[in-house]
Amino acid sequence: MSAPASPAETGGTNYLNATHGIGSWLLTRDHKRIGILYLLGISVFFVLGGLMAVLIRAELATPQGDLFSSDVYNRLFTMHGILMIFFFLIPSIPAVLGNFLLPIMIGAKDLAFPRLNLAQLVPLHDRRGDDVRVAPDGRHRHRLDLLHSDVDELRPGQVIVTAVGIFVAGFSSILTGLNFIVTIHRMRAPGLTWFRLPLFVWAHYATSIIQILGTPVIAITILLVGAERLFHIGVFDPKYGGDPVLFQHLFWFYSHPAVYIMILPAMGVMSELVTAFSRKRVFGYHFIAFSSLFIAVIGFLVWGHHMFISGQSVVAGAIFSFLTMLVAIPSAVKVFNWTATLYKGSISLQTPMLYALGFIGVFLIGGLTGVMLGTLGINIYVHDTYFIVAHFHYVMVGSAIMGYLGGLHFWWPKITGRMYNEFWSKISAIVIFIGFNTTFFPQFILGYLGMPRRYHMYPAEFQTWNVLSSAGATILGFGYLMPVVYLLWSLKFGAKAPANPWGAKGLEWETSSPPPVLNFATPPVVTEEAYAYETSTPAKEVTVGV
Amino acid sequence: MSTVHVTPVRTYLLVFFALMALTLLTVGAAHVNIAHHLPGQMTDAINDAVAMAIAVTKATLVILFFMGVWHSARINKVVVWSSFFFLFVLFAFSLADYFSRGWLGVPGK
Repeated sequence: MSAPASPAETGGTNYLNATHGIGSWLLTRDHKRIGILYLLGISVFFVLGGLMAVLIRAELATPQGDLFSSDVYNRLFTMHGILMIFFFLIPSIPAVLGNFLLPIMIGAKDLAFPRLNLAQLVPLHDRRGDDVRVAPDGRHRHRLDLLHSDVDELRPGQVIVTAVGIFVAGFSSILTGLNFIVTIHRMRAPGLTWFRLPLFVWAHYATSIIQILGTPVIAITILLVGAERLFHIGVFDPKYGGDPVLFQHLFWFYSHPAVYIMILPAMGVMSELVTAFSRKRVFGYHFIAFSSLFIAVIGFLVWGHHMFISGQSVVAGAIFSFLTMLVAIPSAVKVFNWTATLYKGSISLQTPMLYALGFIGVFLIGGLTGVMLGTLGINIYVHDTYFIVAHFHYVMVGSAIMGYLGGLHFWWPKITGRMYNEFWSKISAIVIFIGFNTTFFPQFILGYLGMPRRYHMYPAEFQTWNVLSSAGATILGFGYLMPVVYLLWSLKFGAKAPANPWGAKGLEWETSSPPPVLNFATPPVVTEEAYAYETSTPAKEVTVGV
Repeated sequence: MSTVHVTPVRTYLLVFFALMALTLLTVGAAHVNIAHHLPGQMTDAINDAVAMAIAVTKATLVILFFMGVWHSARINKVVVWSSFFFLFVLFAFSLADYFSRGWLGVPGK
């Protein structure tokens, strides 16, 4: 591989200081700058969504509905969900870290379609405002998977505006996936064969497939909702001869794979972190790579497990229940392989690794409770209880955000050229882990005891667990605030980062920090496998047969 | 190196006129009660089936010729076929729900 580009080679210029002015940022076609713009955008909406979560937990600290009316409470958790899923979790790792790193990891100068990359930024940010503005005027029952229903209860315009927001934002998702797939196929550096690709790239490839195949379905569904409301064509609404269960089928055909849009990139990050901080080749590279694709495919076959009590047939429910079990296989492959990578590795517990270890633990709980919920009998018992809330937060919040934060800490020196405070970042990772589990583990118990979700009042017997959960949310909130402070601090006062502060493998560590505009001073040529951390221990010779 | 296939203008024109003809056929078929002209007990759903068949034919022409899949690389064909596979999955599993609703009773109902 080529040597890291020194500042002298790049003339001291990098993507951050090559051009100046707000116009140079807003009209940039540089994938790295676009990644930064995404970082800023999604951070704002993470804060907004987080504030809504704080208000929700504040309301639930007491059994009485003493802070908000049921209407306001329902608006809060609906907007919390919409913001966090569509405008934070889905774009987080692909749009920020993927945009920034994917071309560098494959030795390319940029993504295949730089203008498209800039264009996809616009719909995402443009429509967020609409979705947020809807909330204050919204009426009750803003449940995301019931956007189609309750025509009389909701002012039609508000549902339409929300739906249009999601529809337009979906284009951002599709275009990101398209851009990544073409880039991976066409722009790999010489010598970078498919099985030398970092697993981060494999994970994004699988994610892109889901984005391209799944997002159009939710887009078409939204169009049908619009057509039904505007022209009274009977599609989903029984009043016009439609079928609400059909909406659920179409909605979940996208929305279950969307879970993998959130978690697969985080799994890609995990593979990078575990190998880098174990100083060891990843165990079972091919299995991890193909497990990402397997998850992408199987993820499209299991949507009916969200519909066990929707009126779906018992036979279909049993089929979906069985298929759901299959998803556990590739997920388990990943967890076992990361654990096996740790075995006899030279482990260093730096901040990104703390997030990686936290991810494995949290994902294990989220995944195993997913298997429980995939079981028809258990699911019916705990359906629409806090057990579900706890489960999907363990997967989507615990795992995906741990992955995002782990990746952000790992590549922060590369992105900004600055090191952050290691002590505070470790404290923050530990606080987030404790805060997260304190917030959401009690919700498993609440759900098992029968507390339904989406209510702002509850029987007094549930208060202890709710207070514990709200206390955990406070800890979690502080945990999330800390990186904001020390990462911003690092931009001004942090030590300058070398090209490869972690001693990690991968093309992104072969270029300067921050990278030059075209990523590499000289085009890289790849001559070794991914994660070639150890070469000194020869494999044992095994004689087969007599 | 792969060579780029250039589709003759004549092909585009032929496909265009075929699409126009099929559009007229769709409109015409909508005005005829086909079941009425067929022997046996046919339902009005035959009109829907005919309309769908024409639409699928038109979509196939667009994909093969206007989108250039007919002469494109194998990977592009894989992409198209896999898209249809997932569409099939969506239809098949959703319909499996509708068709099997009466097969097993729900306890208590």
